[in-house]
Amino acid sequence: MSGFKTDNKVIAWFDERLPIFSMLQHSAVEYPTPKNLNYWWNFGSLAGLVMVIMIMTGIFLVMNYTPHTTLAFDSVERIMRDVNYGWLLRYVHMNGASMFFILVYIHMFRGLYYGSYKSPREVLWWLGVIILLVMMATAFMGYVLVWGQMSFWGATVITNLFSAFPIVGEAIVTWLWGGFSVDNPTLNRFFSLHYLMPFVLFAVVFLHVWALHTSKSNNPLGIDVKSPQDTIPFHPYYTIKDLFGVGVFMVFFLYFVFFAPNFFGEPDNYIPANPMVTPPHIVPEWYFLPFYAILRAFTQDILFIPAKLQGVIAMFAAIIVLFFLPWLDGSKVRSATFRPLYKQFFWLFLADCVVLGYVGGKPAEGVLITIGQLATAYYFFHFLVLLPILARIEKPKPLPASISAPVLKGGGMAAGATAQPMEKA
Amino acid sequence: MADQALHAQPASTDGQTRRDFLLYATTAVGVVGTGLALWPFVHSMNPAADTLALSTTNVDLGAIQPGQSVTVVWRGKPVFVRRRTPDEIATATKDDGAELRDPSKDADRVKKPEWLIVVGVCTHLGCVPLGQKPADPKGEFGGWFCPCHGSHYDTSGRIRKGPAPANLPVPPYEFTSDTTIRIG
Repeated sequence: MSGFKTDNKVIAWFDERLPIFSMLQHSAVEYPTPKNLNYWWNFGSLAGLVMVIMIMTGIFLVMNYTPHTTLAFDSVERIMRDVNYGWLLRYVHMNGASMFFILVYIHMFRGLYYGSYKSPREVLWWLGVIILLVMMATAFMGYVLVWGQMSFWGATVITNLFSAFPIVGEAIVTWLWGGFSVDNPTLNRFFSLHYLMPFVLFAVVFLHVWALHTSKSNNPLGIDVKSPQDTIPFHPYYTIKDLFGVGVFMVFFLYFVFFAPNFFGEPDNYIPANPMVTPPHIVPEWYFLPFYAILRAFTQDILFIPAKLQGVIAMFAAIIVLFFLPWLDGSKVRSATFRPLYKQFFWLFLADCVVLGYVGGKPAEGVLITIGQLATAYYFFHFLVLLPILARIEKPKPLPASISAPVLKGGGMAAGATAQPMEKA
Repeated sequence: MADQALHAQPASTDGQTRRDFLLYATTAVGVVGTGLALWPFVHSMNPAADTLALSTTNVDLGAIQPGQSVTVVWRGKPVFVRRRTPDEIATATKDDGAELRDPSKDADRVKKPEWLIVVGVCTHLGCVPLGQKPADPKGEFGGWFCPCHGSHYDTSGRIRKGPAPANLPVPPYEFTSDTTIRIG
């Protein structure tokens, strides 16, 4: 907290008692940030922005929403037709959910490419995985609140996942429902939790940023900051870069809000929930599709484990495996830029996830079943077999001496040597 | 501080002006844009279209006898419709000259002297005054009495005694026929 000075006596008085201004100065203004961050580093702050937009639109939507099976659907339609700008709030919230996942998935794949999960950022990565889990739970429950056909049957299918567990499965599902089917008690508790979870999310995001500011940002070269000349202050350099990203992102986001608001949605969800009729083809929201494909990939009972349970375990494992990633990938080199083999397998893994997403959105029939099973196998193969092997056999390219070295031609001396004369008074 | 060193500009005032202009223009656009983005949130809390659609109430006066009152709902609030007796009308007109906190002639508060239509919400703090039912206390002036803080209204709905600052307001209404009115 070195740099904060002010001539304003009121601010100084306040800051002595609660150092908010010092903290902001320390962590948002002079915060030393690697000077080589590229645009892939915009996505964290963009996700944070969308979280704020989601919480704001959500709070205002609740003012006109009724969590009851007989009224929920109509209250949403009333928001669309009668409430001033209700259509805007809802379309922003609806598309905001998709945007949140787009941003977070890009943010995660950036982390995978540049090895942002490796020491000393393991806890930062864990918190990110927890954020993903909380987001998934929140998004799922929010989708149910609309109480359309997809809401209802999505809720039915997803809660039934827990029935796969032996012995206690049925009891768990009854407990989740608060009855013998998805009904009003279910809707009410989902509403309560959908309001709660974003604040839990906010708290975990706070920890995520705290962990970030403790271990500091990774960078495209994946090497440590060696001297102050490798960094620039966060403000104005990255505030302005983040803001520019916000501008570009908002164009993308608002295109959907204004011109294709139901692009990410399912038409069936504009039919009120009917517990007597399941729609012929039910799919989860797009951001769950890869996991949905993994769930459906298991079709054969193995010994005493039924296919249903395998699918459920595999689906959860697909996320749990991310917690172990920092140790599965033992390579000391972070950035894929210097890992010729990993770089190729990174893209193959990304393609695999896209294939899983595609398969997850199609009916489970014909050759797609086999493709889904192969893609599922490869997903786990990547983490559990490929990454540990690559760490042992791959020969990384030589790393630059410092972040500054590649751009200061011939200046790639030992960091300590260059740091002294360059350091500004 | 490194921050300031990096900010150092060439002494040219030309460059300073341009940079200042860009900063101010960007800030202004940002502030206006944020304000515009916040408006839908604020406006969503204003009455919705279906709420506004409920803002008229039709009342059939046919069954109301002289001296009787009915209470109807208009925009979620009670409206007192009283068919006044000749005595009540006479008292109300006579009191036009009395000392009134919120001076108003009885004639200005009715369209037909027989029918007094006022919003039944005490102008003090919003309770509903008593006086609609025969057994209710009607206060010292024969109109309405608010039990919350003791405001007395006369047979023209004017405040006569107690803490309320103003008369019971007359809602906008019109006679759609001899025996029906539309409030709102």
